[in-house]
Amino acid sequence: MPLDTLSDSPQSDVTSAMTFKDTELTLGIPGEPTRSPAGKFCTKRGFIETVDLNLRTSTSKPRGKTHADEVDDKSDDVVSGACKTPASKTQVVGWPPVRSYRKKALKSCKYVKVAVDGAPYLRKVDLETYNSYQELLMALEKMFTCFKIRGNYLGESKVIDPMKEMEYVPTYEDKDGDWMLVGDVPWKMFIESCKRIRLMKSSEAVGLAPRTPPRCKTTT
Amino acid sequence: MMNYFPDEVLEHVFDFVTSHRDRNAVSLVCKLWYRVERFSRQRVFIGNCYAISPERLIDRFPGVKALTLKGKPHFADFNLVPQDWGGYVQPWIEALARSRIGLEELRLKRMVVSDESLDVLSRSFTNFKSLVLVSCEGFTTDGLEAIAANCRFLRELDLQENEIEEKKNLWLGCFPDSCTSLVSLNFACLKEINLVALERLVARNPNLKSLKLNRAVPLEALQRILMRAPQLVDLGTGSFVLDRDSDDSETYRKLRGTILKCRSIRNLSGFLEVAPRCLPAIYPICLNLTYLNLSYAAGIHGSELIKLIRLCGKLQRLWILDYIGDKGLEIVASTCKDLQELRVFPSDPFGAGHAAVTETGLVAISSGCPKLNSLLYFCQQMTNAALIAVAKNCPNFIRFRLCILDPTKPDPVTMQPLDEGFGAIVQSSKRLRRLSLSGLLTDRVFLYIGMYAEQLEMLSIAFAGESDKGMLYVLNGCKKLRKLEIRDSPFGDMALLRDVGKYETMRSLWMSSCDVTLGGCKTLAKQMPRLNVEIINENDQMEFAHEDSQKVEKMYLYRTLVGPRKDAPEFVWTLV
Repeated sequence: MPLDTLSDSPQSDVTSAMTFKDTELTLGIPGEPTRSPAGKFCTKRGFIETVDLNLRTSTSKPRGKTHADEVDDKSDDVVSGACKTPASKTQVVGWPPVRSYRKKALKSCKYVKVAVDGAPYLRKVDLETYNSYQELLMALEKMFTCFKIRGNYLGESKVIDPMKEMEYVPTYEDKDGDWMLVGDVPWKMFIESCKRIRLMKSSEAVGLAPRTPPRCKTTT
Repeated sequence: MMNYFPDEVLEHVFDFVTSHRDRNAVSLVCKLWYRVERFSRQRVFIGNCYAISPERLIDRFPGVKALTLKGKPHFADFNLVPQDWGGYVQPWIEALARSRIGLEELRLKRMVVSDESLDVLSRSFTNFKSLVLVSCEGFTTDGLEAIAANCRFLRELDLQENEIEEKKNLWLGCFPDSCTSLVSLNFACLKEINLVALERLVARNPNLKSLKLNRAVPLEALQRILMRAPQLVDLGTGSFVLDRDSDDSETYRKLRGTILKCRSIRNLSGFLEVAPRCLPAIYPICLNLTYLNLSYAAGIHGSELIKLIRLCGKLQRLWILDYIGDKGLEIVASTCKDLQELRVFPSDPFGAGHAAVTETGLVAISSGCPKLNSLLYFCQQMTNAALIAVAKNCPNFIRFRLCILDPTKPDPVTMQPLDEGFGAIVQSSKRLRRLSLSGLLTDRVFLYIGMYAEQLEMLSIAFAGESDKGMLYVLNGCKKLRKLEIRDSPFGDMALLRDVGKYETMRSLWMSSCDVTLGGCKTLAKQMPRLNVEIINENDQMEFAHEDSQKVEKMYLYRTLVGPRKDAPEFVWTLV
């Protein structure tokens, strides 16, 4: 099916991904006058725009061109990438169409106990609130501020002097009951299988090959 | 000739006519048949509880024993319908109770059920046997106590995906010792349960065929329960985890032994919590399974999932999470040759991430499983070529529901809309009854649907189409259309008003975030007094200008014989 190209549209030079503009859908009852300062012809409010609209306003938002234009002007790059998922995708009400019961069931509130060798009491964290190992470890560091947690495998090189400060290795107990080093499996898999976390003193973590750059191996 | 038969003979003949539609057709033949049919009808299906009143139901079918009622529109499942919209079962139960109807079975979907309703239900119908609640809300475990305590001949209590407030954990203990008639019990949607009461209940109900447990039932208890109920056909496990404690190997060994005795299990679900290393215990029953539902088993993925699938050669229905991946679907395709229904749910239902399956997995399934007739597939992307291949391999679709996580995504290879792909599906599956679309779609897909989808009864549209023409193609072409639900698509008054009579041939129409205006809806309501045209305005109460040119955020219209409903909340405005 031949698609009209809006080659004269001012936005067509914005994107290198030609395709979205080329496949741009237009709506409008035949005979309706075009009115669009941005030069677009009664553009169908796309999914991305809906995301933005839903975030910003209640359903009483003024519908139609002006609002869409505001969104369009700044979301061109996003709009042009309709074929690829925007990096930080926010949610549209009711999409994807999954029953809330199912959403709740799969969204397990994943609270796990965190024990630190030497600390008088344990803490609990909800793993679901973090998106990566980095975030989790940063949060743990905040929780147990007197300890420094070794996290070099995330690409940060923390040079830690084992003589001066206590160094801890984050480990966790998985569903099978085994104690594992935090960081080996993908984050999502980790959340699913982690039952509790223990920050183990480095001196005890003998035998666990740390996932650190080679020069740090000398510290174990 | 039939007119000379006494009524009893006609009635006897009608006994063999069981489907609702056939019985409806029978009742239209002549007045005599209408009369005989209505007095002998025992099973009544009401797809929209606001289309008719309980009084009229009772008046026409005084012998009704089994009633199915549906309340909220389908999009309520996805939070598009505000709380307190309606769908209350109370008036129905009260009316049936008052009229001394001999109700035995009640099946409710998307309705609001109160503890009081359950209490009245439990006390009013001495032969009450079966209660099935699907996606309902509004009740607590107190209501379940009433059912358990008072329904002396209860055979079935099936709670599917309901929102139930859990108070005291006593309801299961309210089944009297004399309750030995249970055939089906499903409480998977609850968080707690009284284990002791459960085990006792199972022990004294030897006819139990279907049992679906919840998370609170640990593996040890499952083993004991299965010991008592080796006759189960349908099992939903609860927690399938063993800790590394001292006697777990003993428990595991016992479990394996017990499961070996459960030769009748054909349907397996649950695994709400699971330790993969315990899975081998169920391997022996996999080869007999015809239905496997792992769609809540977030703990089973990777090689464990594959190992399990490989053993299930007789599967006809499979519900899984997209952890299975395209590769896993290839294995399904080579293992499950009898597969008829496949549902692949997103493991990340908030849609922020990636689905792990693409068009590749679907094509593999279609080539390995030609009997496939029902599909629900949440995926990352889809291509026209894949859909065309699927259409060719599987011409028997009755249900085809595709959900691409990014709903306006084109074919990533050609960057084209998916019109041709869906067109191929509707053209090849001549018996298609239900269709859900997604991806980048123009008016053309609707042209195809109108042309080819002759048996289509339900169509779900989101972020699709370009103009009113799209909607018109569907309304004109799909003669059997019953339910149409549309969101975020550019269809407006012109399409809405072109053929107003069409809506009386349908159960309902939902349109949200489209281009229909208040004026258009008013016009429709005026012309069609036997439609309820509801405007839902939760946020707009202050600002809704009541201007005819203003676009309507949510409109739900449905045919009805009883006029505007009296229980509509403030934010629902029924146009007249």
